[in-house]
Amino acid sequence: MISDILANAFRFIILVLVQTLILNNIQLSGYINPYLYVLFILLLPIETPKWLLLLLAFFTGLGVDMFSNTMGLHASACVFMAYFRPYLLKVLAPREGYANETKLSLRSMNLRWFITYASILVVLHHLFLFYTEAFRFSEFFSTLLRVILSSFFTLLLILICQYLFFYNPKGQR
Amino acid sequence: MRNIFLFLWRSYFFILFLLLEVASFYLIVQNNNYQRASFINSTNAISASLYGYMNNISEYVHLKPTNEALARENALLRKETANSFYNNYLQVKPVKDSVFKQQYTYITAKVINNTVSRRNNYLTLNRGSIHGIKPEMGVISSNGIVGIVKDVSEHFCTVLSLLHKETRISSKIAGSDYFGSMVWEGGSPRYATLMDIPKHVQLKLGDRIVTTSYSSVFPEGITIGTIAAFEVKPGDNFYTIKVLLSTSFENITYVYVVNNLMKAEQVKLEEATKNDQ
Repeated sequence: MISDILANAFRFIILVLVQTLILNNIQLSGYINPYLYVLFILLLPIETPKWLLLLLAFFTGLGVDMFSNTMGLHASACVFMAYFRPYLLKVLAPREGYANETKLSLRSMNLRWFITYASILVVLHHLFLFYTEAFRFSEFFSTLLRVILSSFFTLLLILICQYLFFYNPKGQR
Repeated sequence: MRNIFLFLWRSYFFILFLLLEVASFYLIVQNNNYQRASFINSTNAISASLYGYMNNISEYVHLKPTNEALARENALLRKETANSFYNNYLQVKPVKDSVFKQQYTYITAKVINNTVSRRNNYLTLNRGSIHGIKPEMGVISSNGIVGIVKDVSEHFCTVLSLLHKETRISSKIAGSDYFGSMVWEGGSPRYATLMDIPKHVQLKLGDRIVTTSYSSVFPEGITIGTIAAFEVKPGDNFYTIKVLLSTSFENITYVYVVNNLMKAEQVKLEEATKNDQ
């Protein structure tokens, strides 16, 4: 239990710092902005209480907002995404339910399950984020293009991260 | 009564969700109000000092090109002072002269944070109220205009970049006095759009676009960019002009904040006239 909290806190700090200091400076053709920090919310333990989930999402977003001058923008997108997480987990549950103590990661679940789970939540987050940022419908299609391209890129980064850091097939955690 | 509490308890997840969304939208709207100093942004001491450390590192990496740019600019400035020595007489030796009265002074500043890829972009500069920065001052680089100061703290200030949907800069075509307003419609940070130039004006590709004297923010005649393409949309009486910006926002490092010494006077007078109507 304690080690779970430590691991998640560590992941929170690393992801927010990586997002604000490195990824926010990446610009590819003005359309692609990867937002890797949502990985923190994706990987929270399944048994996290729902209220804690929303609050954690809110503060994660606020942390990123503080560094990028967009007060409330990321916070609202994160809360929106976190709201759908319990329902999605219920829909995607395996027939015999989640085993006790299952950790959400590429290792414990299979690749197809993880991609479905991550892509739905990432697309929800990016849809909300980019449309709130633009805040007008006259740029509907260019915003949609940004959503699609950025979601793809974020998903790619999430998978790379999983393989590089959190995926260790032999070791015990 | 008991049923209400039961209902609230059962749907607490949804209610908490709504509460948090309302809180974040309150933050968004409050922050969009033009001059309201927001509670937490990058003028905040923690993030600003962190950016300062990060910037020290990246500054070291970019030392060589920055030095070259500064040396070039020094050469240019030296040439200009020699040529315009008599016009600058006031700066060298303060004499009460009624012919040349200084209207603009410039405060040098360094960009310590900058974005170009969002729909609404901001810069953070390492100058603040103790250096005399006030909100709504103009910011220019050696190549062209950059933006307008938004919030100011003691040591830092944030700048509403030209690449922001709220920014409108009054601008004209150099040589003629037809004026319009410059906006940025998203996409590439190298191009902006100039509107409201009537369609009987003769335009050429490569014509220079400069600032007008109509706003109290920028001096007249600061370069904004050159015409890259223009068209008249069907049914429209005005050109839509695509402008290649002369400031390269991607690698901007040193800027000047424009201090208009007569701004208060001009604004006060214009307010008085407006109130009379």
